[in-house]
Amino acid sequence: MGNDFSSRAHDALNNPQLRRNFRRAMDGLMSKRAVQFADRDDWAALRARGAAIKARALARLPDLLEEFEQKARANGIIVHWAETTADANSIVLGILTDHGAKRVIKGKSMVSEEMHLNAHLEAHGITAVESDLGEYIIQLAGEAPSHIVMPCIHKNKGEIARLFTDNIAGQPYTEDVDALTAAARKVLRREFAQADAGLSGVNFLVAETGSLVLIENEGNGRLSTTLPPLHIAVTGIEKLVEKLDDVAPLLALLPRSATGQPITTYVNMITSPRKAGEKDGPRQVHLVLLDNGRSRVYADLQLRDTLRCIRCGACMNHCPVYARVGGHTYGSVYPGPIGKILTPQLAGLDCAGDLPHASTLCNACVEVCPVQIPIADILVRLRTEAAQPSQAPGVKGAGSNASMVENAVWKGWQAMNASPAVYAAATRSLAVIGNLIPAAAPLLRQWTSVRSKPKFAGKTLHQLARDKGYDNE
Amino acid sequence: MSDARTAILARLRAAPKATVPDLPEWTGPVFADRLERFRIMLEAVHGEVHVIAADQWRPHLRLILSSKDVGRVMAPPELAVDWPDVVAYDRPAEALKDQLVDGIDAAITTACGAIAETGTVVLRPDADQPRLMSLLPPIHVVLLKLSDMADNMAGLMAAQDWAGTMPTNLLLISGPSKTADIEQTLAYGVHGPKELIVLVLS
Repeated sequence: MGNDFSSRAHDALNNPQLRRNFRRAMDGLMSKRAVQFADRDDWAALRARGAAIKARALARLPDLLEEFEQKARANGIIVHWAETTADANSIVLGILTDHGAKRVIKGKSMVSEEMHLNAHLEAHGITAVESDLGEYIIQLAGEAPSHIVMPCIHKNKGEIARLFTDNIAGQPYTEDVDALTAAARKVLRREFAQADAGLSGVNFLVAETGSLVLIENEGNGRLSTTLPPLHIAVTGIEKLVEKLDDVAPLLALLPRSATGQPITTYVNMITSPRKAGEKDGPRQVHLVLLDNGRSRVYADLQLRDTLRCIRCGACMNHCPVYARVGGHTYGSVYPGPIGKILTPQLAGLDCAGDLPHASTLCNACVEVCPVQIPIADILVRLRTEAAQPSQAPGVKGAGSNASMVENAVWKGWQAMNASPAVYAAATRSLAVIGNLIPAAAPLLRQWTSVRSKPKFAGKTLHQLARDKGYDNE
Repeated sequence: MSDARTAILARLRAAPKATVPDLPEWTGPVFADRLERFRIMLEAVHGEVHVIAADQWRPHLRLILSSKDVGRVMAPPELAVDWPDVVAYDRPAEALKDQLVDGIDAAITTACGAIAETGTVVLRPDADQPRLMSLLPPIHVVLLKLSDMADNMAGLMAAQDWAGTMPTNLLLISGPSKTADIEQTLAYGVHGPKELIVLVLS
């Protein structure tokens, strides 16, 4: 694997197995989603509502965070705040250490991936086992998710069958999906029963009631948040919604956009730890609210729209780039279009400045986004920020791609177009010497590596027009 | 980490203010035949729906359990389920863990509501019907009164004042546990019940 997007993309494009796995999966997901939103008027009304709910919640974010915290505390949930992923990791480790917890069972959480929590816990002698089937498979393979909703979408059943035979004692080789699923159920049941703590993400935080809303199909999220004596949830500060009522339209958008399901099998609303007299559920519930650059994204009114995201993955399912190169090519936790705008803002344009360029700006992601994030506009804005930073606070790492040569070229372009005489002189001389410039010349080289160099006509457009007798002087 | 709290909130408050947009009109769908919609949606995700007269559910349940070779059933005593081997969830989970994880064939619970649009039953687990009953045994049977069924989620939330009465855990269940993580092929019972059977009491 190369260490920048274009070299990784090159490797991925030349991997026929990966191309087939993604093509098949993306085609399936796109057609399932299309069936769900067949009525264009319903879709338009619903997504307008969804976008407004998230925009309203963001507009009032600091107030809602305080309201949520107050309600959640009153309900008995312990709320923590983390500036960075390192802080969040320390908080989680601290809670686990206080409880003497050695084994943690995990429900699916992209924020825990963002924190690289598993590695942090391993380094401190705590075992974290992923229990979502897809996450469990990639944990066996020692890989990262390649899709935010379907983490092992890049693997086919043959690859998974081999992983199970190699890693689960007594497991015969089988490509039967029911048998593979049953094998994972058996192993993970034991893990659930033995776990000292459960760890999960959150889909929505409801300020009005102080509730955590989690959605899933497998039941592993419910097990992780019910069976162990301790539950720790980690989430970004942008997951707030104002009212419980807001959850209904968002739930009508999220699973349909993600997997084409009318609703997920389970919607799990958690409002407190086990109360006196109740017989199950964790005795303590902790929630870690992570910033990790989100408040900086929030500081810019255009870029703030990035934080509306409800992590459905529809943008990647419909992205012609993602469908061909897969999630690992992005080299970041969040792949696809949303990753291309979120990662450079969280990590900095100096670290992930190539991502906003990994797009054709075809707008497919914008058309399917259930909360109307203007992804293409933000991509263009980030490209601009990388070359010409705007005023403070600006994007992290802005200006990292600024180039004196590029700036000089644009200055020249500006001067040429501002003066008819210079313009005429410049185009006339290009007509003469343009074809003598080699395709491999500096500045041209990268562009011509995948395109033919255009041929300059012997006469400029102005000359040709004059020859034909047009005269606009 | 109250320093982090102060700093994060201060940065958010210092950010430019956006106008708070109005919420555009949106209402969930309604159905001429709620029960039919509920049945279609739940059966589409591998759930079973039986519509039974309210005073006939015990013999009907007995038939269902017999047909599925069920041995031990877990049910709250007040339901008076008619089955030879019924146990109650009468102790904290810690004392019942082994049995819950691997010793119960089916659990019977009640639902407090249902959503026709998505084929969803709504549970409010409590001391008599704890959370794990609808999760650990391989078969989950739900008793639902037809009169508790709403057209859509927003309607049910409003009718039952969820926001004012949130329990420790409120659950929406739409079918048995499933996964499509291996090549988008559906498999049931990956972690939770393999079968969800809803008895609609009319």
